Amino acid sequence: MAGKHVNPTRMELTRLKKKRVTAIRGHKLLKDKRDELMRQYLDLVRENMELRKRVEAGIRSANRNFVIAKAGMSAAALNTALMAPKQEVSLEAVEKNVMSVDIPVFKYKTRTADENDIYSYGFAFTSSDLDGAVKSLADILPDMIRLAECEKACQLMAAEIEKTRRRVNALEHVIIPETEENIRYITMKLDENERSTQIRLMKVKDMMLEEAHHYDCLVH
Amino acid sequence: MYKIAVIGDYDSIYGFATLGLSICPVRNREETRRKLKELADGDYGIIYITEAAAAQVQREIEEYRETPLPAIILIPGVSGNTGAGVEGVRKTVEQAVGSDILFGGVS
Repeated sequence: MAGKHVNPTRMELTRLKKKRVTAIRGHKLLKDKRDELMRQYLDLVRENMELRKRVEAGIRSANRNFVIAKAGMSAAALNTALMAPKQEVSLEAVEKNVMSVDIPVFKYKTRTADENDIYSYGFAFTSSDLDGAVKSLADILPDMIRLAECEKACQLMAAEIEKTRRRVNALEHVIIPETEENIRYITMKLDENERSTQIRLMKVKDMMLEEAHHYDCLVH
Repeated sequence: MYKIAVIGDYDSIYGFATLGLSICPVRNREETRRKLKELADGDYGIIYITEAAAAQVQREIEEYRETPLPAIILIPGVSGNTGAGVEGVRKTVEQAVGSDILFGGVS
């Protein structure tokens, strides 16, 4: 099966044996890495799905609230009310290394600590529905941030798992069998050479004896 | 320090402005693509994009899939939930596991 030609030499044999040892060790390590990644990934993706469902439901109901709020006010009044936001969110991203995958961890800070600063308008000329709508949106913000973190981590880990899995499979089904095949080929070739040398020597010995003492080689 | 942006049609996203997120109303595909590029190359850590807008720029979103930042996250818009977000999660499971073994029965 040996795909390409290998030199049947001892040096090549030693090289291949070393390669096989490395490949087997690499295979074991990568397999462990894949299993651990997969374990963590499955936990994470379950959380991701849960968060996503919660956030989607939250946004849907917030949107509904906004539609109601919009219905109770003129578009111009609504736009004016939301024109100048008071609050500002800044995000801090730290990279966390999980099994050699760099996943971001987000921490968010609001500009002011007062949670009532989400209302960027006076209460006199807006409907109370708007307050409720804004509040419902503010309530799901922490979940949204967590969702972003979770979903990004899932995407990155999925890519890494795929890569690792390919490597494991390549080692298991291609590199290691090929190396072993080559080792066998070289061993057999070397043995064959050994035997033929032996035979050649015996033959030469016979010829020399015959020449010196006129022995008949058939006697043996 | 990073910022958070929301991309989508104005009606779906204007509420986020009150929370202090940057809102980027877009109307067509070209605008969405340009805005997404601009935000992703700028200092935005998370970009929320409505499913409707995301459907127009799938290729661009795919490009940022394997970079640590920014995280591009799909959210439902005012016109309803298309299920693209859940589909995205399912796709990562398929990529990692080989087939969707977790959420296969859930629709």
